[in-house]
Amino acid sequence: MSEKLLMRGNEALGEAAIKAGCQLYFAYPITPQSELPEYLSRRMPKIGRVFLQAESEIAAINMVYGAAGAGARVMTSSSSPGISLKQEGISYIAGAQLPCVIVNMSRGGPGLGSIQPAQSDYFQATKGGGHGDYRLIVLAPASVQEIVDLTILAFDLADKYRNPVMIMGDGLLGQMMEPVRFPDRSDVKLPEKPWATTGYTGERPKNIIRSLELQPERLEEHNQKLQKKYADIIATQKRSDEYLTENAEIVLIAFGTVARICRSAIDMARAKGIKAGLFRPITLWPFPDKDLAKLGEKERHFLSVEMSCGQMIEDVELALRCRHPVDFYGRVGGIVPSPEEVLDKIEQIMAGRCEG
Amino acid sequence: MKLVFDRPRSLADVQTHYCPGCTHGIIHRLVAEAIDELGVADHTVGVAPVGCAVLAYNYFNLDFQEAAHGRAPAVATGIKRTLPDRVVFTYQGDGDLASIGTAEIVHAANRGEGITVVYVNNTVYGMTGGQMAPTTLAGQKTTTSPYGRDADSIGYPIRMAEMLSTLVAPKYIARVAVNSPANIQRAKRAIKKAFEIQVNDNGFALVEVLSTCPTNWGLSPEKALRWLEDNMLPYYPLGDFKAPKEVE
Repeated sequence: MSEKLLMRGNEALGEAAIKAGCQLYFAYPITPQSELPEYLSRRMPKIGRVFLQAESEIAAINMVYGAAGAGARVMTSSSSPGISLKQEGISYIAGAQLPCVIVNMSRGGPGLGSIQPAQSDYFQATKGGGHGDYRLIVLAPASVQEIVDLTILAFDLADKYRNPVMIMGDGLLGQMMEPVRFPDRSDVKLPEKPWATTGYTGERPKNIIRSLELQPERLEEHNQKLQKKYADIIATQKRSDEYLTENAEIVLIAFGTVARICRSAIDMARAKGIKAGLFRPITLWPFPDKDLAKLGEKERHFLSVEMSCGQMIEDVELALRCRHPVDFYGRVGGIVPSPEEVLDKIEQIMAGRCEG
Repeated sequence: MKLVFDRPRSLADVQTHYCPGCTHGIIHRLVAEAIDELGVADHTVGVAPVGCAVLAYNYFNLDFQEAAHGRAPAVATGIKRTLPDRVVFTYQGDGDLASIGTAEIVHAANRGEGITVVYVNNTVYGMTGGQMAPTTLAGQKTTTSPYGRDADSIGYPIRMAEMLSTLVAPKYIARVAVNSPANIQRAKRAIKKAFEIQVNDNGFALVEVLSTCPTNWGLSPEKALRWLEDNMLPYYPLGDFKAPKEVE
């Protein structure tokens, strides 16, 4: 572990990518993540790695495709409107089974929306986004230290599964400064990639990176192979965190920035004698449904809190198999809910419940 | 007996899906010959487009990546920046390069990306059934310009070689045609030069190859060659638009 450093989320993410062995980074400027390309434009050339500002988000993600296919650890980053532009490339990358890391420091939408934080890209990140049956592994950090840890994990998971991994942050996490430590990764050996297009010497069959398969039977077979991989990921990669859920009468479900706000609201509720707790998904896909379902084995209230009009709540309801009513509280447009607002909602629900 | 003609090592011994009389086969061979003659086949990576050449990865004995429509220069950039000592080339048609992929080709050229681009211009979208392309000649009838390309409404065909040659970074930009044995020889020299420039100077090089599409032009292969000569050559002049002084 390194010494403790005070860093902004976007910059810590850049440094974590370097520690994870990211050899190339391609991106296009967009608020609120521009500190990340700015940081890497300073750092990457100094350590013999590649920073390249692309002409567009579309070009950036296709450069990622080329670099990943050539065997490199590679990353791109953007914010919501830019991530929409990348969807074509993400679908191709998923289809061609290429490992890479894509960062979305998301902001308010739809359209050009705002530059303030939001979580309204949840559907896009977890349900597909581009065309075809594919999945991204989606990691949602809630602190600058977790940005570091999950960025490193993202590169490892991408290689392990030959699958794109998305880090889903928001404008607030990217801009926030917190102390962080970086793990020492100097002796970590990166995996071999015998499938990469490095030149056909005749020692192996020629390597072709593609998502095209014109024969229906073979494309179906390819899709089944992908689904089997996704099933493996679902079985082994669900991650979540809990706070005071043990005896909680009301469980809040929130990720990223909102999870921090919910923690404060929970502390305030507890001080008032309301037994509240937090369930925080760390992987948005695969959604940690089993652990949430365990909490649903007891009679409890559930409240999904999001910076969206209600997207994750669908996965929450599925996980709880609709056995419990799930309340919702959300703010959008770049507005971050305050702990007091969340507390009000908790109190309303608990009061209503007592009356009932 | 002395062997005087053989299949290039880089060209796969398979049947292609190209239509009878299509000149993609000739251009594939020229590319394979250039790669073989430069002795770089074992460290060359190709990038296939979307269009008629989408399956080019099956026709070369080379590592290949298949790119999204128009994005081949961005994919090639990713490969070249990862493996700077490899030879990287894209093989793209006119719909791919001159329409949906204009941003990618312009900026790859403008960065002076050390890649070779083989740009095949046959004035139509061949794979999808002969629709109008950005390169379709004024008045030319296609399945989406049934009354002939109306230049007042849709603009004039784009001359990519000329456009790109206004940029500072590219080292070599030429237009050739494969309509006659003499022009095929010239095309071969240009394609080889385009690879040499990458190998020797790590420079950006593009060769636009005027090609025929007998199927979608509704002409016999022989008449298609004449149509190219009569209609394309006057609008798309052959020659070097940008070349290093020593490579005359």
